[in-house]
Amino acid sequence: MFRVTPEVLDPNDAIQAVEDPAAGAIDVFLGVVRNENKGRSVDYLEYEAYPEMAEKVMAEIADEARERFGLLHCSVMHRTGRLEIGETSLVVAISSAHRAASFEGGHWFVNEIKKRVPVWKKEVWTDGEEWIEGPESLGVQQAGER
Amino acid sequence: MKVTVLLFASVAEAAGTRQIEVEAPANARVAEVRDQVLEAYPALERFAPNLMYAVNEEYAGLDTPVEAGSRVAFIPPVSGGGGLCFV
Repeated sequence: MFRVTPEVLDPNDAIQAVEDPAAGAIDVFLGVVRNENKGRSVDYLEYEAYPEMAEKVMAEIADEARERFGLLHCSVMHRTGRLEIGETSLVVAISSAHRAASFEGGHWFVNEIKKRVPVWKKEVWTDGEEWIEGPESLGVQQAGER
Repeated sequence: MKVTVLLFASVAEAAGTRQIEVEAPANARVAEVRDQVLEAYPALERFAPNLMYAVNEEYAGLDTPVEAGSRVAFIPPVSGGGGLCFV
């Protein structure tokens, strides 16, 4: 299940999507909104996505992750719109027969999601705002060259 | 032929729009579509060196062909790639 939504995320939805009788482990990652970045106090974040493409890229990364790490299932939910401090912006759930694969695969999977899925984040401070972009384009360029 | 250009985040803000219809020549590639958009929206030129592109929801290069009705997305660097912060 790969979902981009303005609705509040329920991690249980992602967990249920990867349940399997053959699974011995389910690894869950939550990305949450932090109150500072590079020493600057953050009021809230705005996430924007290209939803149709984001869900497609999530599914492609999941196929790669399953193959590389022998995972059973992967699911991803990303929230869009305004998110307050402490709210969950990203949920990733991964199932595998044994825990090592889900930890290793989960680490790789979350990194790739952050690099390649077309989702943008704007930090809003009390005295300004900024889209968080820059050297991070590297990962996307690699993806684009595939 | 008509092609739809999709803009996001910083690029959409600079252009003041999220969607542009472009009349592209037959056999056009992403590069020609980009050039037309930059000509009509000079404010986007400063983003061009860092943009990625997608055609119909697939990452694409400047030499990727576009067809009538194609959706060409201008993709600014995504939010989480730099290890600046994890969400």
